[in-house]
Amino acid sequence: MTSELDIFVGNTTLIDEDVYRLWLDGYSVTDAVALRVRSGILEQTGATAAVLQSDTMDHYRTFHMLERLLHAPPKLLHQLIFQIPPSRQALLIERYYAFDEAFVREVLGKKLSKGTKKDLDDISTKTGITLKSCRRQFDNFKRVFKVVEEMRGSLVDNIQQHFLLSDRLARDYAAIVFFANNRFETGKKKLQYLSFGDFAFCAELMIQNWTLGAVGEAPIDLDSQMDDMDMDLDKEFLQDLKELKVLVADKDLLDLHKSLVCTALRGKLGVFSEMEANFKNLSRGLVNVAAKLTHNKDVRDLFVDLVEKFVEPCRSDHWPLSDVRFFLNQYSASVHSLDGFRHQALWDRYMGTLRGCLLRLYHD
Amino acid sequence: MPGKLKVKIVAGRHLPVMDRASDLTDAFVEVKFGNTTFKTDVYLKSLNPQWNSEWFKFEVDDEDLQDEPLQITVLDHDTYSANDAIGKVYIDIDPLLYSEAATVISGWFPIYDTIHGIRGEINVVVKVDLFNDLNRFRQSSCGVKFFCTTSIPKCYRAVIIHGFVEELVVNEDPEYQWIDRIRTPRASNEARQRLISLMSGELQRKIGLKVLEMRGNAVVGYLQCFDLEGESGLVVRAIGTACTLDKLSSPAAFLPACNSPSKEMKESPLVHPPSHGCRSTHNSPIHTATGSRLTQNFSVSVPTLIYTGMGSGSAGKEGGPFKALLRQQTQSALEQREFPFFTLTAFPPGFLVHVGGVVSARSVKLLDRIHNPDEPETRDAWWAEIRQEIKSHAKALGCHAVVGYSESTSICEEVCILSASGTAAVLNPRFLQDGTVEGCLEQRLEENLSTRCGFCHIPYDELNMPFPAHLTYCYNCRKQKVPDVLFTTIDLPTDATVIGKGCLIQARLCRLKKKAQAEANATAISNLLPFMEYEVHTQLMNKLKLKGMNALFGLRIQITVGENMLMGLASATGVYLAALPTPGGIQIAGKTPNDGSYEQHISHMQKKINDTIAKNKELYEINPPEISEEIIGSPIPEPRQRSRLLRSQSESSDEVTELDLSHGKKDAFVLEIDDTDAMEDVHSLLTDVPPPSGFYSCNTEIMPGINNWTSEIQMFTSVRVIRLSSLNLTNQALNKNFNDLCENLLKSLYFKLRSMIPCCLCHVNFTVSLPEDELIQVTVTAVAITFDKNQALQTTKTPVEKSLQRASTDNEELLQFPLELCSDSLPSHPFPPVKEHLESASSNSGIPAAQRATSVDYSSFADRCSSWIELIKLKAQTIRRGSIKTTVTVEKASPVGDGNFRNRSAPPCANSTVGVVKMTPLSFIPGAKITKYLGIINMFFIRETTSLREEGGVSGFLHAFIAEVFAMVRAHVAALGGNAVVSYIMKQCVFMENPNKNQAQCLINVSGDAVVFVRESDLEVVSSQQPTTNCQSSCTEGEVTT
Repeated sequence: MTSELDIFVGNTTLIDEDVYRLWLDGYSVTDAVALRVRSGILEQTGATAAVLQSDTMDHYRTFHMLERLLHAPPKLLHQLIFQIPPSRQALLIERYYAFDEAFVREVLGKKLSKGTKKDLDDISTKTGITLKSCRRQFDNFKRVFKVVEEMRGSLVDNIQQHFLLSDRLARDYAAIVFFANNRFETGKKKLQYLSFGDFAFCAELMIQNWTLGAVGEAPIDLDSQMDDMDMDLDKEFLQDLKELKVLVADKDLLDLHKSLVCTALRGKLGVFSEMEANFKNLSRGLVNVAAKLTHNKDVRDLFVDLVEKFVEPCRSDHWPLSDVRFFLNQYSASVHSLDGFRHQALWDRYMGTLRGCLLRLYHD
Repeated sequence: MPGKLKVKIVAGRHLPVMDRASDLTDAFVEVKFGNTTFKTDVYLKSLNPQWNSEWFKFEVDDEDLQDEPLQITVLDHDTYSANDAIGKVYIDIDPLLYSEAATVISGWFPIYDTIHGIRGEINVVVKVDLFNDLNRFRQSSCGVKFFCTTSIPKCYRAVIIHGFVEELVVNEDPEYQWIDRIRTPRASNEARQRLISLMSGELQRKIGLKVLEMRGNAVVGYLQCFDLEGESGLVVRAIGTACTLDKLSSPAAFLPACNSPSKEMKESPLVHPPSHGCRSTHNSPIHTATGSRLTQNFSVSVPTLIYTGMGSGSAGKEGGPFKALLRQQTQSALEQREFPFFTLTAFPPGFLVHVGGVVSARSVKLLDRIHNPDEPETRDAWWAEIRQEIKSHAKALGCHAVVGYSESTSICEEVCILSASGTAAVLNPRFLQDGTVEGCLEQRLEENLSTRCGFCHIPYDELNMPFPAHLTYCYNCRKQKVPDVLFTTIDLPTDATVIGKGCLIQARLCRLKKKAQAEANATAISNLLPFMEYEVHTQLMNKLKLKGMNALFGLRIQITVGENMLMGLASATGVYLAALPTPGGIQIAGKTPNDGSYEQHISHMQKKINDTIAKNKELYEINPPEISEEIIGSPIPEPRQRSRLLRSQSESSDEVTELDLSHGKKDAFVLEIDDTDAMEDVHSLLTDVPPPSGFYSCNTEIMPGINNWTSEIQMFTSVRVIRLSSLNLTNQALNKNFNDLCENLLKSLYFKLRSMIPCCLCHVNFTVSLPEDELIQVTVTAVAITFDKNQALQTTKTPVEKSLQRASTDNEELLQFPLELCSDSLPSHPFPPVKEHLESASSNSGIPAAQRATSVDYSSFADRCSSWIELIKLKAQTIRRGSIKTTVTVEKASPVGDGNFRNRSAPPCANSTVGVVKMTPLSFIPGAKITKYLGIINMFFIRETTSLREEGGVSGFLHAFIAEVFAMVRAHVAALGGNAVVSYIMKQCVFMENPNKNQAQCLINVSGDAVVFVRESDLEVVSSQQPTTNCQSSCTEGEVTT
């Protein structure tokens, strides 16, 4: 006796959260059944393995049918085939678009192309996440990217509107899209200590301050610029950043800046002498990063540079985080007292964001 | 030209991409009705076109309005080649044809294609303007309401229940026409869908005409079926119960008017002995091509009480000329009718007087081509023959009517088994006649109380029993005789007193048969049928005993014919009726009592069986009062001579073993193990696993013993197909496979729905088909309903208390509107003169005058006591309910237990644009009140695929199709303005596959009643502002079991 056909269709579509997770995690039906057996469900319910197998198959089939709709979540809301309560719909979408930290760290900042997709095998082996799940997560990134790529307006809002994600998840996707678009390098060994959260935090600051959308001065003349407001960095701003070079190139300015910072921080910093000794190096590092951002290549290396030029020197001198905060605050504020420096607004736009990023990046 | 149909095409959405180059679609719509077609403009390059068309107007006869469906086709415009069809929507406009139902159909309909399934949606608005038609010779029957519900629909009142209506129409099946060889599958499927839609329209119209002739205005319990006879054609047939319904102006009263017994009624009490039990016969007149007729007439009588072997059905013996005369008078109302059948399964209080037992008839026919579709005489004649037989069975059982009547067919190649079954019953004629009588409350109340056990009584002449029966005095009233076991096809009457809970009982059976052609095949089948029927019956009885129960409700026996086997599946809900005696145990007897080891084995088995019975009693909370004599004031019937029950289990009647089975007061039931078959029977008895704790199941509308439903429901369909290994199939192996299939299916359901615990699977409906040689398909549709556990725990109360409680609940439901009256009149003289009481009680329950005189008065005293207590309880509750309905505590106090739905109700749909449509096979929605019936939903779909593997194999294909069918039903209901389908059934699910060709095809036919319901929680807000008697009904209504 073999089962040819075995289905269960409810007027309200039954969703088993545990099975959904197994499916999302990319387990085959056989593996999923084995995992469910291990969870002790048979003992709890008195069911047989055959029942479990049939149930798992059913759920997998349902999820497979739902997957097409999950690719465009608003469709899931308007479709008539599956009657699913709104709370369940939200859960389905949210879980489908959720991703693994380990996975996202691997692809963050990479081009979401076929080439990267080919590397998924390696990522799967490395992270222990099933290839199927890697594919889903990668495809999600790519899908969201494709949809919002050409759109104007707030990145987070666009994502939320088209994928009906929670605020938190939409922000994460905004970061992923932003990183993918600007191809920030995140995979270098010295960046390994950073979490996705760290990058997402920086991305949000950069989107808020460094993009076209941030300034609210979107080019009104039609198709003069096809830049996406929230996804691309403000090119003009990056060009202008060259002007900051004077802060380190002009020896007088640099000295004045240093003395202002040192005066203000004397006695307040545990690592004052180290700071005093390193001031010029640090300042040169931070200003040079700004000045180089006109080149795409250097934009990509932004995080590498920040870690190399600032985080690592401070860390090797064992600066506590509070001292870093004191220093950065004073470092950016003192520039306002430099009479010879004309680019105060530019400096604030640059340093405001950078300060936030550096503080977030500064940990072990 | 009495009607104008107006259609507007608004918009489309989610259309498929039809032009690969642009990834877009240039869609337009054709609207067709009859022979008239309109087109919208082409909406270029969009997957969400906004046509916003003008009103397309069709001026048509109302006859056409009834027959024709509105056909909407969405196409993709193509400049150079033929336009590609995207899909179609068929809209049945019948609901717009009667005034009380929907006034407009408006909404999003899934665009359906038989090859691709649902492809986007279309927004359509449909209206009908009807002109008055005074033509006396009209062919239309607009205005007749149709209900699938097999009880009087809520919010209506039955003025008269006229009786049986039937009709059938035949046609050639387009799929079998020669043109099909050159036609595309899509065209063929669409031709079929359209034809069936047309035929059901026509059928409904014709039935409507019959109803009008009978001066009715509605059909209740409408059941329409298709017989796909293959090359010989397509038959669409329907049966129903014609009624005159009145819409209740006040939503408070949901019961039909209860008239006091008419004069005639009093003069001629319904005395006549319906003999008791289950009779069935098989006729197998086989029509050969030459027209010669081979008739094999034999009938099997399988009485419910005790098995007899095969024999000729004995006709009911008349109790003498006097009684015959009496009967003639009472039955006059029914005798005028050709077939006194009723498709209803639940009845207005007082309608059902006595229940005789199950009557069924089957006949095996050879299909031949229907030569003239306009005169479907042969098919009509076949059914007439069967109905005649049912009627005569009922008569033989001393009953004048058949209730819970249904018909079905099973077709394999050119052999067709026609089956009909129902419950022989004695009805109260006052519902069947014209003229209303003033309601008299007192009588009504007493009548209600007395009929709590009345339907179980056999108004039997013991001296003239058609079958050897085992009778005792009713355990409830002690006045009338009752059988020890009762089988019926109806729902449990609301006023019946049940002890403990019920459970689903199934008998499953397979029999191999040789492959044969035509006549030989038909003969082989008709030879097998009686044996199957007998064994199914034996199994049911054994399982019932094993559960410690004494009655079956909702019995449905399905016999399915295949190429090389016959399958029998009987489902019913077992209960313990308080009025019936405690069932005895099952006694196992060996054939060779001298063998020591054998003895040991037997005693081991016996122990297992006894343990199971004890366990079941505990599980279903069956703990009837131990010694009935202790019931206050109840008379002890004269100790009846304990009869020695002499029955053999084996089929041939010569092997009769004598055994004294009466130990104590209980009569045991003997299972004799005389061969391996019987051994297997015993084993199979013990293999049925009870549902996991927190789960109950039944195939009736509601579970006896559970009153406190909460609002969560989940309707589902589950389909399983197994392939048998063709090697050395034996009956035993086959039985085991089939048994496992059903048991595993149930287990899967329990597992899947475990999150709903505590819950009950209601209206569990199994359908078996044999699509191919080695394939068995089982389709189950049911609804899972949650209930309140706290209330469930209360059942630990003593049964007496419980039955009182239950009774008061029931009465409360029954007596909604005349409460003010009753509270004044009744308690003022709680102890009416004995004589008077007796007089009225007996005239209602139909005790023969002679017996009335002899029956002692104690009983009435007891009755009065309990009824008086109930009355006081009832009154107390009425007052509480009427005045301070809205407080939770009051609700908790009421045994109906509707207090908890608010905590449980699902969160409101926040942002979803798609309204929720509930579907249920039941006639009600727990925790809600049906406020309007919008019309019948009757839909037929075909789905075909030539890429089976790509669609996920057979499971993927069928899963998607059933989900689509649900979606289309919901969309139609929503467009009518409804939010639920009640009495939903999937009447057909024919699945065929050809994996080698990567093809599969499936036909599904579903029906139900579209309704509008209002949550009781919402109603309360309204009713709290005007605390009238209205509100009590709104709170109890959901639980009325009908």
